[in-house]
Amino acid sequence: MTKTTNAIWIAIAAAATFLAFGFTNAFAQDVDSSPVLKRIQERGQINMGHRESSVPFSYMNDDGKPQGYSVDICHKIIDEVKNAVGNPNLKINYVPVTSQTRIALMANGTIDLECGSTTNNLTRQKQVDYLPVTFITGTKIASKKGSGITEIEDLQGKTVALSLGTTNEKAIKRVAEEKGIDLKTIMVKDHPQGWLAVESGRADAYASDHVLLYGLISKSKKPEEFQVTGRFLSYDPYGIMVPRNDSTYRRLGTVVIADMMSSGELEALYNKWFNPGPTNIQMPMSDTLKTAFEVQALPH
Amino acid sequence: MNYNWNWGVLLEEPYTGWIISGFGWTIAVSFAAWIIAFSLGSVVGIMRTTSVKSLRAIGTCYVELFRNIPLLVQMFLWYFVVPELLPEKAGMWVKRELPLPEFSTAVVCLGLYTASRVAEQVRAGIESIGAGQRSAALAMGLTEPQVYRYVLLPVGYRIIIPPLTSEFLTIFKNSSLALTIGVLELTAQTRQIEEYTFQGFEAFTTATLLYIFVTFCVMGIMRVTESKVVVPGMISLGAK
Repeated sequence: MTKTTNAIWIAIAAAATFLAFGFTNAFAQDVDSSPVLKRIQERGQINMGHRESSVPFSYMNDDGKPQGYSVDICHKIIDEVKNAVGNPNLKINYVPVTSQTRIALMANGTIDLECGSTTNNLTRQKQVDYLPVTFITGTKIASKKGSGITEIEDLQGKTVALSLGTTNEKAIKRVAEEKGIDLKTIMVKDHPQGWLAVESGRADAYASDHVLLYGLISKSKKPEEFQVTGRFLSYDPYGIMVPRNDSTYRRLGTVVIADMMSSGELEALYNKWFNPGPTNIQMPMSDTLKTAFEVQALPH
Repeated sequence: MNYNWNWGVLLEEPYTGWIISGFGWTIAVSFAAWIIAFSLGSVVGIMRTTSVKSLRAIGTCYVELFRNIPLLVQMFLWYFVVPELLPEKAGMWVKRELPLPEFSTAVVCLGLYTASRVAEQVRAGIESIGAGQRSAALAMGLTEPQVYRYVLLPVGYRIIIPPLTSEFLTIFKNSSLALTIGVLELTAQTRQIEEYTFQGFEAFTTATLLYIFVTFCVMGIMRVTESKVVVPGMISLGAK
């Protein structure tokens, strides 16, 4: 190796080092402009909100720690937060949330990000911000095989269980009204209860996000007796929730997710959790989600 | 706090309607359950103080059974488990034909639970009168039902008006547990508004104020009742 090539290599190495530092420090300088990063830096701890039974997005493993598709994405983001606040030993504090508490806990500053199965919609954006869409689902109907139910139209005169306050409840009632379908509804407080209503014969069908229905069936006593049918009755894009009015912090998360999308890492993560996934949910990635990943994989 | 306050949302349709209808169901569940609780509770309370041993045993079993199981669990048992224990046809009827299934189940459950608590107060009221009055009445030739009708109950009920007021207030607050089996009462509607609009603080504040309003009204009614039925010299029996 000649002296000149050596010098070139040294120069390249120096440039690479400079670039690498430059990139990590780009965030470090931002800490001052971000209230969320600032409070994370000050308390040396990031509070991650998670769900306890949103399989396979965010649920508890046997050791009582949260795991899942959303949780894995959040850990990637937290790695970047560690760089940004310059604290590789940043402590992660897991805070369990429910669909009732997630907004309140984010608004009052208890949690710094929410990793669950939360639909991103415009009304909710009055209170919180969202990172890019990482999963797309919608309302479908689960029923017993042989019940003759495939579409919502087949529910004429039948009873359907709906989970209180969900986008699914809204969707079923809206479509039923539009189409003049006369169906009876019973309200349940959570997914296991909705499922129980179908299993015990109190309801003919349970309407929910299709991914959650597959999850419920995969964990039921007789998975072969139930089916998920029909067209999508609503459009529910999931996103990780972050506090509003902090574009620096939100951009940090957006960069991490966009990079995961363009590198194919997110697709690999999807296959780890959904195809077939630890609970054998067997949901190959839909074309819509594939396109969503491509569209959101913004360049630097 | 990083929160976007918007009180106006409560005046938007359908949310105002939801709060009103939720409030209506809260009142309906509570009053219907109170009718069961007061009548059944009085019967059981009397049973626990009679001279008939078997009646006393039945009363004690009832109270211990219903008082010692958490109300939330009872709601769940009545709604999901009891229909499965019935013969298949009757079970299907309960699950499918029963009018207002959630409402009826919640009223029965809340009524039976509160009855066990009312029973204890009725018993306490009767026992606080002392054995002397009962013996005296029996000695005068009254039958046991007459002793209760003319001597023990008129005094006993007056004595227990304050603790009964507490039970009556509690039944309004406990009625919120009916949401776990799908009754869209006040708390359920509040949660519903929270889920739809993400304006939870406004909705819950309103619900809190409505609960306080109801309980103050009940307290007022019970105070008036207490002063209307007072028999001079009698209520102060214990204080003498």
